[in-house]
Amino acid sequence: MDAEYDVVVVGAGPGGSSAAKFAALGGAKTLLIEKRQEIGTHVRCGEGLARDLLVQAEIPLDRTWIAAEMDGARIISPGGKKFEVDESRAGNEVGYVIERDLFDRALAALAGEAGAHIEVKTSATGVIKENGKIVGLKLIHKGEPKEVRCKIIIGADGYESQVGRWAGIDTTIADTDIMTCVQYRLTNIDIDPKYTEFYAGSAAPGGYIWVFPKNKNTANVGIGLGAHIVKHGGQPKEFLDRWIAKQPGMKNARQLDMVAGGCSINAPLDSVVCDNVMLVGDAARIIDPMTGGGIAHACLSGRDAGKVAAEAIKAGDYSKEFFQKYEKAWRSALEEKLFRNWMAKEKVQKLSDETFDTLIGLLTEVGMENISVFNILKAIREKAPELVKEFEDLL
Amino acid sequence: MPTENVNKCLHCGLCVGSCPNNAIFLNEVRLEFNDDCTECGLCSRICPVGALTPGRK
Repeated sequence: MDAEYDVVVVGAGPGGSSAAKFAALGGAKTLLIEKRQEIGTHVRCGEGLARDLLVQAEIPLDRTWIAAEMDGARIISPGGKKFEVDESRAGNEVGYVIERDLFDRALAALAGEAGAHIEVKTSATGVIKENGKIVGLKLIHKGEPKEVRCKIIIGADGYESQVGRWAGIDTTIADTDIMTCVQYRLTNIDIDPKYTEFYAGSAAPGGYIWVFPKNKNTANVGIGLGAHIVKHGGQPKEFLDRWIAKQPGMKNARQLDMVAGGCSINAPLDSVVCDNVMLVGDAARIIDPMTGGGIAHACLSGRDAGKVAAEAIKAGDYSKEFFQKYEKAWRSALEEKLFRNWMAKEKVQKLSDETFDTLIGLLTEVGMENISVFNILKAIREKAPELVKEFEDLL
Repeated sequence: MPTENVNKCLHCGLCVGSCPNNAIFLNEVRLEFNDDCTECGLCSRICPVGALTPGRK
């Protein structure tokens, strides 16, 4: 590791590796650091990846990290009504269930091939400021304190991001915009291996339960609850255990792993850059508020930040003003949808089990060509306008 | 400050990213709390696995 780089990317998840790749491709001397000893583990993720987003984010498809290809998604109401969306018509979260550890490693390898230097077991502990300007990072590099100087820092340090906070970017979110999640990898279960399933309603207040198949009898089975709704620590686990116990197909389930995690489901932040710093992916809170999906969003925002970082190095301008190019790029691709889905999320969180049953029953009857929050609401308005009165401003 | 049950904690970072005062740091092995903690109780309440016990004001 050298003492000085053009760009240092903090965190080798999908967002960080994408940023490092495109910064390096653009000619910037780039360092990618990962605090863990292994890139990719442990996995804190449902591992669903939509096909259209994969294309949009320019993620090169690699069979090694695909666990299972889905035919579609199924949304299940508390009363057992099912709404099926086949893959070709699903706008989101259908496509692949991936192996996140292998995926992350593949993306980091691409960053390395592009010329980025990579250091594992290297965590950032603070930014170095001189005359009020950020000029580098303090690191613990394989156990030893170290400093690295750089012109640009890209914060890709995930939900628990520190880079943004050190730099003074406000990434604080209210508990109404936080999901608290637990997931088990369960095997020996009876599932439809070609469909991802989403269970709505009071089984998971303010969120949902997901079953994402990894193979014929194994799935990621997880729950996200609205953080403003949970009463005490451990509730996501309690709700998930209770739900699993009621599933006939999961009577003989065996656990292969257990992970937890936080997920932001906020409306897009006002700003994710400041002088010398850009945030990407979860660190920038760029996540679909409806689904909690963020892999492709991280890749896309990482790509855009990486490209702009390389341009900034060439231009010799690392100011907040220059980084508006990055803001424009990711916002033009994602912001409108994220905001719309956040508005919808705010309302869906308040629906009763009865309303879910009615809604999902209606959708099954109607069917539709192209699935999106917008189209779903439109379809419902035709059948039962009183149900979507609350959503009128979205239409 | 809250106390961490290291046997329950999955090091997921939810408390770190949710803390309104950035008073929690995760060093991959355990959580560290700093003096910016205001005992608001959010981290203990929303911990997915119940690994945090609120401190006393």
